[in-house]
Amino acid sequence: MSGTPWLSLLIAIPIMAAALCLFVKAEGARWTALIATLIDFAISIYLWVQYNPDGAQWQFVEKLPLGGGVSWALGIDGIALLLIVLTAFLMPICIGASWRAIEKRVPEYMAAFLLMEALIMGSFAAQDLFLFYIFFEGGLIPMYLIIGVWGGAERIKASYKFFLYTLFGSVLMLIAMIYMVGAAGTTSIPTLMAYDFPVEAQRWLWLAFFASFAVKMPMWPVHTWLPDAHVQAPTAGSVILAGVLLKLGGYGFIRFSLPMFPEGSFIFIPLIFTLSGVAVVYTSLVALVQRDMKKLIAYSSVAHMAFVTFGLFAMNRQGIEGAMLVMLGHGLVSGALFLCVGVVYDRLHTREIDRYGGLSDNMPGYALLFMLFTMASVGLPGTSNFVGEFLSLIGTYRASSWAAAVATTGIILGAAYMLWLYWRICFGTQRNADAAAMPDLSVREWWLLAPIAIGVLWMGVYPESFMRPMRNDVGRLVARLERVAPAGDSQLTLGKGAMHMDHGAMH
Amino acid sequence: MIGRFAPLVPELILSIGATVLMLVAAFGGRRSSGVVSWLSVALLAAATIALIGAPSHAGPEFEGLLSADLFASFGKALIFPSAAVAIIAAHGWFERGTEHASEYSVLILFSAVGMSVMVSATSLITLYVGLELTSLASYVLASYRRSDERSAEAGLKYFVLGALASGILLYGISLLYGFTGTTSFTGVALAFGRGAPSLGLLFGLVFLLAGLAFKISAVPFHMWTPDVYEGAPTPVTAFFASAPKVAAVLMSTRVCLDALAPATDAWRQIVIFAALASIFLGAIAAYGQTNIKRLLAYSSINNVGFALIGLAAGGPRGGAAVLFYMTVYIVMTLGAFLCVLWMRDAEGRPIESIESLSGLAQTRPAFAFALFIFMFSLAGIPPMFGFWPKLVVFQAAIHSGYVALAVAGILGTVVGAYYYLKIVKVMYLDEPAAPYARVREPVQSTLVLIAALIVSPLGYLLIGPLGRLADQAAGSIF
Repeated sequence: MSGTPWLSLLIAIPIMAAALCLFVKAEGARWTALIATLIDFAISIYLWVQYNPDGAQWQFVEKLPLGGGVSWALGIDGIALLLIVLTAFLMPICIGASWRAIEKRVPEYMAAFLLMEALIMGSFAAQDLFLFYIFFEGGLIPMYLIIGVWGGAERIKASYKFFLYTLFGSVLMLIAMIYMVGAAGTTSIPTLMAYDFPVEAQRWLWLAFFASFAVKMPMWPVHTWLPDAHVQAPTAGSVILAGVLLKLGGYGFIRFSLPMFPEGSFIFIPLIFTLSGVAVVYTSLVALVQRDMKKLIAYSSVAHMAFVTFGLFAMNRQGIEGAMLVMLGHGLVSGALFLCVGVVYDRLHTREIDRYGGLSDNMPGYALLFMLFTMASVGLPGTSNFVGEFLSLIGTYRASSWAAAVATTGIILGAAYMLWLYWRICFGTQRNADAAAMPDLSVREWWLLAPIAIGVLWMGVYPESFMRPMRNDVGRLVARLERVAPAGDSQLTLGKGAMHMDHGAMH
Repeated sequence: MIGRFAPLVPELILSIGATVLMLVAAFGGRRSSGVVSWLSVALLAAATIALIGAPSHAGPEFEGLLSADLFASFGKALIFPSAAVAIIAAHGWFERGTEHASEYSVLILFSAVGMSVMVSATSLITLYVGLELTSLASYVLASYRRSDERSAEAGLKYFVLGALASGILLYGISLLYGFTGTTSFTGVALAFGRGAPSLGLLFGLVFLLAGLAFKISAVPFHMWTPDVYEGAPTPVTAFFASAPKVAAVLMSTRVCLDALAPATDAWRQIVIFAALASIFLGAIAAYGQTNIKRLLAYSSINNVGFALIGLAAGGPRGGAAVLFYMTVYIVMTLGAFLCVLWMRDAEGRPIESIESLSGLAQTRPAFAFALFIFMFSLAGIPPMFGFWPKLVVFQAAIHSGYVALAVAGILGTVVGAYYYLKIVKVMYLDEPAAPYARVREPVQSTLVLIAALIVSPLGYLLIGPLGRLADQAAGSIF
């Protein structure tokens, strides 16, 4: 450990700000939270700039033994770095989104949000197995309060469902962790990532971790907590849930399931592909018939997360890089979509799609940005999701052409429900006088949505900024998975030259 | 000659002090209650300080009657402070009632002596004597509010059932004595070591364990717990849930790991059953409770189940896990009960319904936050420190190869999380009910603050020192 402990600061600043929030009034708490999250964002940008993509696998490493086999060990690779930047980017936006929407018990709300940020940052940065678990599980408590205290009408049921579902998923992982620490004799995640567990044990360990990450992700059929939680959570809660918390599931697969249990992962590829395939088709169809805007976007999240699992378990470079980009892109786009819902919800206090219509007339600025995010969600080239989904599909195709065929239908269905949603809200005739009288985006709302729009376009036009930091890490993961990666059934008879070029371009 | 009594210094301080204070109480009457309370706390503090030299007096003393080893000292270091907390908690509680007399602190002191004999007993006779000393004091304490029907009922129930359990225990002891010819743990262990145990020995073992299970309120001998906890005055309940429980669990640990060590396969199945039954029954039965004291009673049953998982794991590692678990448990429980003490209506009458906690986060944020920390900690949800002792017992179980036991236990935590969550829901999510009266008790507030800090994430800093101490203490009985 040398120099400034940036990662500890990243975690400590929100915690201190959270404690401070409890002792000040509403306006003070808002500013405290905003300033703290902006400082965290600045630190994350600094980390991004300082991070050396060609340097050591783990950078900014810190280690402080606590005794009892657990230590305060932090460090990040490119994958964790990007997710930390995403979190730090979305957090000030969430605080901004809650600026006027949250009126009751503001200090506690801000404290819960800051605590949440600290715990998420900790989960991404932890290099000790038990430390990771503590951060990972700890995130439940603030989220439970955010949904339960500041949520909608059914908030109590939703908060229970969220808490118990995710807790149940995670405790099985804890058992697996205890076993792993006993077998490998270390709690260090980097060491465990290179440790070969017996194949027979890997099967069970993989399943235990899967139980946790699949719920978090969420994958069909354990996704049912998500629509409830989203619909009942306040806007900023939904943004952070979709934007960051779901990514913990995908991060878990990348950091734990794949490198620690390669054989286990291989055995369960059919399971993952089946569940993901069902998720893509089924949840997209469910999204089509939703009348509630938030629920529709929540189901679309489940469908998008299926691209992540497809890509990851294709076990090749395109798939894994694509999955990472889908996670980042979805973090931005779904967050932005929930914010868009929040914008009209704050004005009319309903999320029913039928109550709106023709908003492009009276809210042109809103219609423009909403259009951009809708197109990004559909995967229009030039936006963030296109890059991720395209790579993920290529990767899937190289592993299994059937899986790729099913996954691709998700793109079509996604276009159907998103465009239909956009059409019903922004186009058509103005049926309701109150909806037609809504004012366009305020300055504050522009400030919330414009940065995300820039991020979406940046990632779509120049994804290299995001792929560069993780290239070597994905390479290491692919090398680790090489012995089990599925060969794929798509051996088309291409000309030699074309095949050659293809490889050259991809490696 | 005097040197022989050196290992007994803490017990001597307490016994002599308690006898003197009893006289003071008898002659001084109610006026002296404040003085007696603080003197009792001072005695307990002195006894705790006297422990510092104790680890040197290892090995059985007095022809194998008791042993002031590190294990016993560890237990006493938990018991004495929690007895002191029980005395401080009563301060300002009984003042409002009519029947407060200074005997309360004296009874707690005698009970503490009994408990310290329990944790250091290395003979079945001392074990029984210590247990009865504690129990007799406890029966009186339970019915301390003799004009209150519920308190009298609690005392009677506790006495009748407790006497039955003592009878069972004594029967087990007599069987063991009959078949081994000795009451010392070493002798019993030798007898069990000679090949397969005879039927008589097994019967003795089962009866002994049944009696112990009653004292630690493990399922299926838990029936008295909710009624007694509910009926007894709250400071007494706080005491019951902490010190005697720790003493009984530690005593059972010593019995199982020392006297019955060669018969591990015989007792392990019983302990595993009791552990799982306690975890699940404690969690499920708590669902419908509307009284916070009853709920905490089930919570203590549930928690004992987890400690028993550590015991079932066996060996020095399992013993250390039990010690670690009980240490954190005692802090969480005392903290939670101190919070319950503050639940009083405008006239200062105690309220025990969970509903009355509604919206506490808005009326009394600091109070609610403390209870919030204790609830999540009892539930074992990270990042609260209550998570770590659970992890330690599961680690011990998996280390000994009992993966299924650990899996079952960990699923029990999810079932149990529900009702702890319910308290948090009532406090944070519901609309405020009539606010409680404000209580000015700086000492108690400080104690709650300390307890909350220990079980908050800051507690992880204790893992190293506490873990080492627990390891050494558990090692001293092998």
